[in-house]
Amino acid sequence: MEIVNFAHGEFLMLAMYVAFFAWALGHLDPLLALPLAVLALAALGWATYHGLIRWVLGGPMLAQIFATFGLAVFLRAGAQFLWGVDFRVVQDPWLGGRVALGPVFVGLPQLAASVAALVAFLGLWRFLARSETGVALQATAQDRQAAALMGVDTDRMYALGWALGAGCVGAAGALLAMYFYVFPDVGGTFALLAYVTVALGGFGNVPATLAAGVVVGLVEVFAGLLLAPAIKYAVVFLLYLAIVLWRPQGLFGRW
Amino acid sequence: MSLLAVAGVTKRFGGVVANRDVTFEIRPGELVGVIGPNGAGKSTLFDLITGFERPDAGTVRLDGRDVTRLRPDEISRLGVARTFQKLRPFPGMTTLENVMIGAFQKTSDVGAAREAARAALAAVGLADRADAHAGGLSTGQRKRLELARALATGPRLLLLDEVTGGVDQATVPGLVRLVRDLHATGLALVVIEHNMRVIMDIAQRVVALQLGEVIADAPPAEIVRDPRVIDVYLGEAWRA
Amino acid sequence: MKRTALLALLAAVLVFPAVFTLPFPRHVMIMIFLYGSLAVAWNILAGYCGQISLGHAVFFGIGAYTSTLLVARAGLTPWAGMAAGAALAVVFSQAVAFPVFRLRGHYFAIATIAVGEIVQTLVINWDWAGGARGVFVPIKRPDSLWNFQFHESKALYYYVALGLLLLGLAVTRWLERSRHGYYFRAVREDQQAAASLGVNVAREKHRAIAVSAGLTALGGTFYAQYIFFIDPESVLSLSLSILICLVAVLGGVGTLWGPVVGAAVLVPLSEYTRVWLGGTGRALDVVIYGALIMVIAVLQPAGLVGLAARLGRGRRG
Repeated sequence: MEIVNFAHGEFLMLAMYVAFFAWALGHLDPLLALPLAVLALAALGWATYHGLIRWVLGGPMLAQIFATFGLAVFLRAGAQFLWGVDFRVVQDPWLGGRVALGPVFVGLPQLAASVAALVAFLGLWRFLARSETGVALQATAQDRQAAALMGVDTDRMYALGWALGAGCVGAAGALLAMYFYVFPDVGGTFALLAYVTVALGGFGNVPATLAAGVVVGLVEVFAGLLLAPAIKYAVVFLLYLAIVLWRPQGLFGRW
Repeated sequence: MSLLAVAGVTKRFGGVVANRDVTFEIRPGELVGVIGPNGAGKSTLFDLITGFERPDAGTVRLDGRDVTRLRPDEISRLGVARTFQKLRPFPGMTTLENVMIGAFQKTSDVGAAREAARAALAAVGLADRADAHAGGLSTGQRKRLELARALATGPRLLLLDEVTGGVDQATVPGLVRLVRDLHATGLALVVIEHNMRVIMDIAQRVVALQLGEVIADAPPAEIVRDPRVIDVYLGEAWRA
Repeated sequence: MKRTALLALLAAVLVFPAVFTLPFPRHVMIMIFLYGSLAVAWNILAGYCGQISLGHAVFFGIGAYTSTLLVARAGLTPWAGMAAGAALAVVFSQAVAFPVFRLRGHYFAIATIAVGEIVQTLVINWDWAGGARGVFVPIKRPDSLWNFQFHESKALYYYVALGLLLLGLAVTRWLERSRHGYYFRAVREDQQAAASLGVNVAREKHRAIAVSAGLTALGGTFYAQYIFFIDPESVLSLSLSILICLVAVLGGVGTLWGPVVGAAVLVPLSEYTRVWLGGTGRALDVVIYGALIMVIAVLQPAGLVGLAARLGRGRRG
């Protein structure tokens, strides 16, 4: 769709807060809160498109960047205003502790999150490639005018794209809340990692994103192990810049 | 000595061969037309000549010098200017400022560039729209703007991509007259055109493309009798 | 008419410290000048050349850290530090430009955020540069211009900050009227069309970021010598980058006076809301910033200057 949502991290943060409050107030385990988070975020994504994005689509790029950027600032500060800067954490989720995979110990929540991420990814890929709506969505992304001429309601497609993307973030947030601290600024680094991952794989290329995700994850862990945990993200970003120097369109992207 | 020599140029985009083994020459001061059905590779050829794309094989030479791998701005500075099929004015600037960008290639002085730009605008008949926002011009005016902008760079070779495309019939003769006047000043021109009447009117030679290949390279009178060109593009009505 | 208005404004600004002798109003003006000059510098790259950098704090931080470390560890005068900081920022901008300018639009903006994050993370983990604890500027008495420290009154800070702003405006004005200014705008509007007309797009972008980085770094040194303490959070953070953009966008990107107008509106707003709303207000004013940015993006991307122009045209029309 040619628009980057600079509020992506804040969407994640909100999803995590949804999961946290579902646990704190409703005593729902994050796994149960997951559908709730997905729906809430999908609604937010849909609303963001109709309330904000639609108005800047035809306009200058500066306006588009600032629209989602402003949203990011607004949501982050809003969260701080409403819930303070304290770190919250879900205690004793259902999926807690570690599990032994051969000689290696893996955190159970992290394992579950990875599995869920893979499932979500496969589902998304299948939907985009096979279903009629998914194909329409891809068509709209590639050439809005042509898609419209083919009878695709491009406005609805864009709204759907936003809802889908936000919904995925909702799932991610609920899963993350199982084992990560929840606080207003939590979205920032994740968002940057997400952008870098997508850019590294190549925009518009879903399987490439998975591959890039694996690369980013590996680099992060090894950098943390071999160099220093505090700078592992810096290493990821440096790697990204180095790759961009060689291939601006990402590893598998078409420019 | 040819001004522009395209030799064996081939360009693929994924599975599509946009240009295959294209070879032809332009001599100084010539006006050559390029015709062919849509998808024949005409605009791609312009992109290859002006450095917007790199050919997979073949060379482009300017005055004998190999310019195949040069950047668009380098090729512009060597005296090759072009217009685009999809018009690209600088929307946030005025008509005059648009043309000044071209004029700055010849001078770094703002005043001199402004004067040169005014002259170019006068040459294309847009002098009265100098201070209008480029984004608000009509299609015909935009075509003239593109032309003025390209002219302001002081080229020896001008590549025009469908200059009469998308304008109403009344505007065409004025544009054709303009092109002819430019040719009369000694400028070499390569003109992509769908309007055969225009081609017959002004071209000294015509190169016909089909599916990326050159199928004919001859003066207009012969082109319209060439059976392959008729088959592929002109249709029976043009048989002399 | 415009000329006399500007001269009157300049005169008013020059005599301001003589009339307002309390530290707080002077501080507000100094902050207006500082943020104004940062936004003016950002505007050269983003407004005129169209490259939206969301990591500009990097150059500010380089200016601040270079001069402060040279003052604290090598005993140099801050003015030498300022020059060194600007030079380093320019060099860094060229290095960063290579990978980052290969990207366009949104992707370029993301890359600039990444650069900012990298530098901030590296400095946080760099003990010699103070790490997360930051660096203090050693206090030197008595007040002196050589040491660029004044403790008795803010008056000289006021004039230096004003000088920085005027420098930025002068550079912008000079660029506007030179071939480079025209080329910058062509690059902003349509890079490929510009290239077809002989514009060396990469070189112009490199030029724009060099000027922008150098000017921003000067502000960094000023800040260090004014506040006497710097740390990654205050001089290298994404929030600072956001603020610089916001000032320019609110006022009007791509215009000469836009960033100044933006600073003149935003800085007093921020300083006074901080006074009224106290501690909890910190987040509230940022909430308002966020809403403001969205509103500007949707309604009036041309900022306050654009709004004024539109109203002016309406009245005349």
